[in-house]
Amino acid sequence: MSKNTVSDRFRKVDVDEYDENKFVDEEEGGENQLGPDEAEVDSLIRQGNLMGALQAVLKNPPINTKNQNVKDRAEGLVLKVLSSFKSTDIEKGVQSLDKNGVDLLMKYIYKGFEQPSENNSAVLLQWHEKALSAGGVGCIVRVLTARKTV
Amino acid sequence: MSYHSFLLEPISCHAWNKDRTQIALCPNNHEVHIYKKDGNNWSKIHVLKEHNGQVTGIDWAPESNRIVTCGTDRNAYVWTLKGDVWKPTLVILRINRAARCVKWSPKENKFAVGSGSRLISVCYFEQDNDWWVCKHIKKPIRSTILCLDWHPNNVLLAAGSCDFKCRIFSAYIKEVEEKPAPTAWGSKMPFGEVMFESTGTSGWVHGVCFSDSGNRVAWASHDSTVAVAEGGKTAVCASLTSETLPLLCVTFITENSLVAAGHDCYPVLFVYDSNKAALSFGGKLDVPKQSAQKGMTARERFQNLDKKATTDSKEAVLESVHKNSISQISILNGGKAQCAKFCTTGMDGGMAIWDVKSLESAMKDLKIV
Repeated sequence: MSKNTVSDRFRKVDVDEYDENKFVDEEEGGENQLGPDEAEVDSLIRQGNLMGALQAVLKNPPINTKNQNVKDRAEGLVLKVLSSFKSTDIEKGVQSLDKNGVDLLMKYIYKGFEQPSENNSAVLLQWHEKALSAGGVGCIVRVLTARKTV
Repeated sequence: MSYHSFLLEPISCHAWNKDRTQIALCPNNHEVHIYKKDGNNWSKIHVLKEHNGQVTGIDWAPESNRIVTCGTDRNAYVWTLKGDVWKPTLVILRINRAARCVKWSPKENKFAVGSGSRLISVCYFEQDNDWWVCKHIKKPIRSTILCLDWHPNNVLLAAGSCDFKCRIFSAYIKEVEEKPAPTAWGSKMPFGEVMFESTGTSGWVHGVCFSDSGNRVAWASHDSTVAVAEGGKTAVCASLTSETLPLLCVTFITENSLVAAGHDCYPVLFVYDSNKAALSFGGKLDVPKQSAQKGMTARERFQNLDKKATTDSKEAVLESVHKNSISQISILNGGKAQCAKFCTTGMDGGMAIWDVKSLESAMKDLKIV
């Protein structure tokens, strides 16, 4: 009996991994997704073409990839573009996006909320307000129910 | 349009009899109450007590006048009216989780039960043993089945599930019927065959509905989208993302128009254009109450600012007829081809009957094609 009570390593086993009924999401080839093009976005920001930068940064979202670095890099780029907008231009920026664009923007905004910092919270909240009036609560519901997100 | 508040508790599910004079509903407990319409009032005439768990699905077969109920106690009962009393017959579903939804087939010789056991039980009556027997459809369902609808050919069954997919299965039971003719969804239909599986929408599928011809199927999903698929060599799918909260139930009212309702507490119209394979928003179907616009006194404004921290003068009262989510919608008159009236019940314990003609005239720009 004393032999059995020595090790408690069994308590650290994740039993859910061994459940044969465990739901596994479908694998969709995401290895080619590299996220938005950093060089292109940077040059557009430097030129002052913020609308173009917004469109460019929302291209190629790293949704299916499992590479966390790609996702972090994409998020950083998006935040850079969002912070470089003037408050008065945010609404125009949101209007220039189509439905899928607004959904994607909302996904990035919520990703940004996950890591609040001094600089980005205020900016993100302003973008959130404008995106909400464009996409409605349905847009937020889609962020919450998305299985694969940025 | 009329609204009747039955109870304070949510109405879990409801079903109408053939001539729409009686409604069977579950008041969020283990019982089924049957109300009869007399004049403008509803009186409770029967209480069906047999389930040990909340009744999650009720369906009333119009021709044979039988009610089937299913509940969280993993059982289903078929009720037949003997004289003035409803007598239950237990149906063993062989499931180990709660049953979630039940539907009689169009010919009323079978019914299907969706459950949390990740399978659909298709039950039929075996004359020799005088007993209801069931067959299971298991593959490739990965999670709870939330909603079911039968195709008019009595064989195909659409099922919406928590594994984010809407599928059409064949529920062909050779003991009770002939081999079915080919349909838009395929020609070989052995039991359990998947004729169609949806892709593209994510989110639990809360409501599913076949159109009157059976060539189209619509489903409402938890990511605030509605989608329609049309059968053919390759099924054509059209989906629409909406700006509102998720919809819980959907039904066709003509071959091209759908009405759906959900957490936003009002029914919504969608129109499907098969030439463009596109779904579009048709309009909000609620009749707004004509509320008098009261001006706010300065005192009220400061009070609002103090109590609610808002300068908004809108009252915090829902303007829709239903005061809580609508969970089920059913067609009363006209069938799915030319619906004239439909009924909604919800979490506010109320039932509203909507008249399509008067809605069309009340809302400008509303066209039901």
